Amino acid sequence: MTRIDATFARLRGQNRKAFVAYIMAGDPDVATSLALIEGMPAAGVDIIELGMPFTDPMADGPTIQAAGQRALGGGHKMDRTFEMVRAFRANNAETPIVLMGYYNPIYARGVARFLAEATAAGVDGLIVVDLPPEEDAELCLPAQAAGLNFIRLATPTTDAKRLPKVLQNTSGFVYYVSVTGITGAAAAQAAEVGPEVARIKASTDLPVIVGFGITTPDAAKTIAGVADGCVVGSAIVKLIGEGKSAAEVLARVAELAAGAHRA
Amino acid sequence: MADDRINSYKTGPDEQGRFGIFGGRFVSETLMPLVLSLEEEYERAKTDPAFWAQMDDLWKHYVGRPSPLYFAERLTDYLGGAKIYMKRDELNHTGAHKINNVLGQILLARRMGKTRIIAETGAGQHGVATATVCARFGLKCVVYMGETDVHRQSPNVFRMRLLGAEVVPVTSGRGTLKDAMNDALRDWVTNVRDTFYCIGTVAGPHPYPAMVRDFQSIIGKEARTQMLEREGRLPDTLVAAIGGGSNAMGLFFPFLDDTSVRIIGVEAGGHGVDARMEHCASLTGGRPGVLHGNRTYLLQDEDGQILEGHSISAGLDYPGIGPEHSWLHEVGRAEYVSITDMEALEAFQLCCLQEGIIPALEPSHALAHVMKIAPRLPKDHLIIMNMCGRGDKDIFTVARHLGFDMKI
Repeated sequence: MTRIDATFARLRGQNRKAFVAYIMAGDPDVATSLALIEGMPAAGVDIIELGMPFTDPMADGPTIQAAGQRALGGGHKMDRTFEMVRAFRANNAETPIVLMGYYNPIYARGVARFLAEATAAGVDGLIVVDLPPEEDAELCLPAQAAGLNFIRLATPTTDAKRLPKVLQNTSGFVYYVSVTGITGAAAAQAAEVGPEVARIKASTDLPVIVGFGITTPDAAKTIAGVADGCVVGSAIVKLIGEGKSAAEVLARVAELAAGAHRA
Repeated sequence: MADDRINSYKTGPDEQGRFGIFGGRFVSETLMPLVLSLEEEYERAKTDPAFWAQMDDLWKHYVGRPSPLYFAERLTDYLGGAKIYMKRDELNHTGAHKINNVLGQILLARRMGKTRIIAETGAGQHGVATATVCARFGLKCVVYMGETDVHRQSPNVFRMRLLGAEVVPVTSGRGTLKDAMNDALRDWVTNVRDTFYCIGTVAGPHPYPAMVRDFQSIIGKEARTQMLEREGRLPDTLVAAIGGGSNAMGLFFPFLDDTSVRIIGVEAGGHGVDARMEHCASLTGGRPGVLHGNRTYLLQDEDGQILEGHSISAGLDYPGIGPEHSWLHEVGRAEYVSITDMEALEAFQLCCLQEGIIPALEPSHALAHVMKIAPRLPKDHLIIMNMCGRGDKDIFTVARHLGFDMKI
């Protein structure tokens, strides 16, 4: 059982929804982003999504783009992302960390080396935006063989015919993208998301977590209410971009988490 | 038949959209169903005589095809070696080869019931071609163009606006072609229902590299027939400039299995291909990576971050290259060289004075390489260089580099 599976088992036992928080590794620097992820479990975060900066984040809106630029501008490298995970893991054995990003920095490093370093550091899962099921041989299958969960995105354009293909090699949980679009753009609508989540859950036993377009504690409550949990990213990253302290950002994270946990 | 396939360079891509390890479909799940439905529609259109009849009619009466294969007599004499022919795709409507492909994609968009067309553009030639064909068919057109390019190619920005297109300046990254493509993809992923993404080069997720190549292959098909008519034999050498590589792929593809024909692609060497990375020569100065939906040679650092590169030519200012070129490079069927900004400027001026043709800065790179090799080749050696665009759009850039004051 992976750390992600164990987390969902615990949440089910507590009859609670999952709250997943995203920040970019190295934004605005390693010390701040490490302080943020170290403070997240106490703020109510069940799963941490840690972005791997990339120069060309094609699925991200301006907020996450800017976060990646801040990290890269500070000289962030993949090595430092792994250092952050190792430092976090030294004091926390329970909270799963999922690395999220794009394929080229992984491919450039070499898939075997990346997977070895990720598992050694204590990473639990991967979300790689530009690897659809058609490219599973690249990273998805080797990652699962290395013991990592490979979390796939399902979207409003994933129709009934395609859904089995998307679910086939997915593990940990399914990330349902609430809107067609980039991160931080349109607001997620529970009336639209609910039936879609139900459709996916009819085809899998995996938890379904909804992300994109969730910005407030009330929205976190509403969207988590029609799924197994929700992800908030841009709304947190925006505060980091505004120069808020780690304590201020974590206070807002706690409000968002409380929203999701009220569902 | 099995032997024929093994011995052909023209069978790619495979079902996964791969040319060897290059190509593929590295896009987000939201776009995947769109990419698959485009592939289905293209496969249907490819064997539909009505589709090609409409293409041929538009190519002939709207674009002005076939473009001439012109013997550049004075340039040949001046260089004193090989016989130089120019494939005059700069004479096409809109002034470049880009419209060959745009027509095909817009007809596909109409077949698929799409009403809104988006495109990325670097030099603005693809944007102008897309705006033109959208006006011709009454379709809404949005063109993403890097802010840097908006400034250095301002005449094309005004052209696109005259043609009714919305031009969106892209400020992310360094504001060039790569960033325009990122924002076009962000638009597509947002407006999936009504929008068709008209990609301007032989890159992007499958089926774009193969589809754009097929539409641009009209260049090579015509050139092959024209050369056989003029000289009674095939050319000895083909030379074409490469940013993403669509004019080159269009010229090269019909000749790939004519192994006597030497094929040379010319990348933008910027300030020189060295450790400063102030160039856009992906094959000579990059390594394989994944960007914009395909695996191909990319300019990148050791951590897989994409580098910006540099070229005087906005149309070549792209850190990648079409995946089929990467494959042709690795199997050794085509050679890839680079030409610096200064060499291209010299070729630009020579072409104006020797042939009365103002070339775009993109084919000026190809011409600069012809200037290097032609003098050492025998007089019966036949070269075709692809004059893929005219230089009107570049006169401000060239004037600045030559120290002319355009205000006089």
